[in-house]
Amino acid sequence: MNKISTIINREYLTRVSKKSFIIMTILAPILMAALIVVPTILMSSQEMDYKKIAVIEENTDLFRGSLKNTKTLEFVYLDDVNVNDLKKTFEEAGYYGILYISSELVNTPNAIQLISKKQPPIADLQYMENSLEKEIEKQKLMAYNIENLDEIMKNVESNVSIQTQKIDDSGQIKDTSTGIAMALAYIGGFLMYMLVFMFGSQVMRGVIEEKTSRVVEVIVSSVKPVQLMMGKIIGIALVGLTQFLIWILLTVAIVGVVKSTVFKDRKITEIAQTVPQNLMDEDQPATAQQQIEQANPQLSEFSRMFESAMNQPWGLIIFSFIFYFITGYLLYASVFAAIGSAVDNETETQQFMLPVTIPIILALMVAMGTMQNPESSLSFWCSIIPLTSPIVMIARIPFGVPAWQIILSMALMVVTFIAFVWMAAKIYRTGILMYGKKTSWKEMWKWLRYSG
Amino acid sequence: MALFEARNVTKQFGSLYALNNVSISVPEQSIFGLLGPNGAGKTTLIRIINQITGPDSGELFLNGRKLMPEDVMSIGYLPEERGLYKKMKVGEQALYFAQLKGLSKAEAMRRLKYWFRKLDMIDWWGKKVEELSKGMQQKVQFVTTILHEPKLLILDEPFSGFDPVNTNVIKNEILFLREKGATVILSTHNMGSVEELCDNIALINKAKTILEGRVDDIRMQWAGDEYEIVFDGDVTINGNGDINVLDRQFENNRSTIRFKAGHERNTNQILSEAVRCGNVISFNPALPSMNDIFIRVVETRN
Repeated sequence: MNKISTIINREYLTRVSKKSFIIMTILAPILMAALIVVPTILMSSQEMDYKKIAVIEENTDLFRGSLKNTKTLEFVYLDDVNVNDLKKTFEEAGYYGILYISSELVNTPNAIQLISKKQPPIADLQYMENSLEKEIEKQKLMAYNIENLDEIMKNVESNVSIQTQKIDDSGQIKDTSTGIAMALAYIGGFLMYMLVFMFGSQVMRGVIEEKTSRVVEVIVSSVKPVQLMMGKIIGIALVGLTQFLIWILLTVAIVGVVKSTVFKDRKITEIAQTVPQNLMDEDQPATAQQQIEQANPQLSEFSRMFESAMNQPWGLIIFSFIFYFITGYLLYASVFAAIGSAVDNETETQQFMLPVTIPIILALMVAMGTMQNPESSLSFWCSIIPLTSPIVMIARIPFGVPAWQIILSMALMVVTFIAFVWMAAKIYRTGILMYGKKTSWKEMWKWLRYSG
Repeated sequence: MALFEARNVTKQFGSLYALNNVSISVPEQSIFGLLGPNGAGKTTLIRIINQITGPDSGELFLNGRKLMPEDVMSIGYLPEERGLYKKMKVGEQALYFAQLKGLSKAEAMRRLKYWFRKLDMIDWWGKKVEELSKGMQQKVQFVTTILHEPKLLILDEPFSGFDPVNTNVIKNEILFLREKGATVILSTHNMGSVEELCDNIALINKAKTILEGRVDDIRMQWAGDEYEIVFDGDVTINGNGDINVLDRQFENNRSTIRFKAGHERNTNQILSEAVRCGNVISFNPALPSMNDIFIRVVETRN
């Protein structure tokens, strides 16, 4: 036992003291954050792209004023302009495109065209379509000569946003968000995939290093090969857990900082901005809270999301993540160790890697599908079968999984990883001392049955 | 008394015999040469002694009782292919191996300091292994092998890669360790060092022991009827009758003559005849080198 801990110690310390580990540990959360933040920034900066669109109605005047200007879209109604003439010159005139509405519109809804040099963003198109649709609906309704139509329309108008709530066995209702669950499933599944792969192949490289440098011969004259293998696997697992814990702490710290600074700042500035407006507009008294929500619906949504994120079963998620990381990693790392022991150099690993990679990749793909449909039978089976369950189950848990499924999956996982470690140890024991022979699957099968 | 004994050890890989009923006996506080051509089964035997692999049949004894797993602590093994972690620092690495052999960190540190000073390696302590030359790496490995003061030391080609100066340093250390009570199994192709160091040998060929015993006895056995005589001054002897001169050299006013004599002659007769030819300085049966014996034994067997 003492010797295993000596080996674990070496494996752990040599890796943790490497520069690449330190850089990776600090940089990864920042990169992750960048991965989330940068697209958001890019998207919001894109929205700032100001577009002027020329609207030409042929022989009608139905839509004048029905397309309201937004922050990024300005509609200019042009009269007495020929479409074909403008087609050549609209860019020079500073227009992004021409919205051409033909006179046949009410009868044939296809008669609207947006002419532009670039593919217009989907959001802008949707905005225009919605506005025009509403206007056409209104026009069509007006054709029925209903009294007080305007008032009725105002009454009818409504805005729907579904709030999801999850009810647990004790009848407690919690606000949840499918978006948050999806994000967690995505991050959890992907992280698990990365960790298992990254640290699994580190084990393999370590074994190959020891075999090619013949260190292994010196060590197995002092300790049993299984001890060396387990020492290496556990040492690297601890490296992984260390990294994972640092990531959690960093994330908590970053979230904490974001929550305390950004939120506070924004609230204050929002209030500061809205109060003067309010003073000028004394007819509409409103509470400060409402003001904030009115002034910035995004902000209130953000805090709602925050709340629902807090309502996720964090204890279960973190526990099962660590459980599946340890067992899944042990399973794959021992296979990787066996492969490493069977080859003479890293290029020879290819033929053995493929069958090991397939279940991992499959698991990742199923996990991604799980986010769309957590209850599909494919997701269910893959979250029970041990080779794929670490990744798929982690992706399923944020959506809620019956306890018996988790227990079954975990039990199968434990049994399987013990079996895999046992088999891998047998292959490893023979493999590390074999040199210069091309190893085949058949050969490895034979090693499994060697006694001494 | 034999410190280590292997009795009727057999090991098969598939249908191929790596060792076929091999027995060796290594007397305590001696240096035992384990010889044999490439692929003869030496490495397999060494691995079995180290308990890296187990024999299919046969028994192993250390100190008169059966070899046990914990005996690896009293065995030191220097493999033929040197193995050190390239990226690890020399000192850390030596400490690691010492701890794997059961030494406490403090004790390992104390002994390492002693050996690193003795072999003039103290400057290497903080260097990475990959920065050292091959010979330097071997010296490090030699120290890690002997650090836990094993009773049985197994050295597989300990001199390969060393310059003559360092070869001599290591030879002296081996002899020094024997003086202090260690028993050494030396596997090597360097027959010169076998003659110089080994008390006993076993020659393995094609999985079987084909020659074993004391080095001196073996050389006498294979001596045949060759003699070497040195005369003062320029002397020649005539190859008359059954005296057959093989070689004559004249150097520093001395004549060295190698000759073969007939079977029925004994040394007294030869010597009395020689005295008549000139002033004899020395007279010896010409012992064949271990190299010759090795080649002759292996070739006749093949």
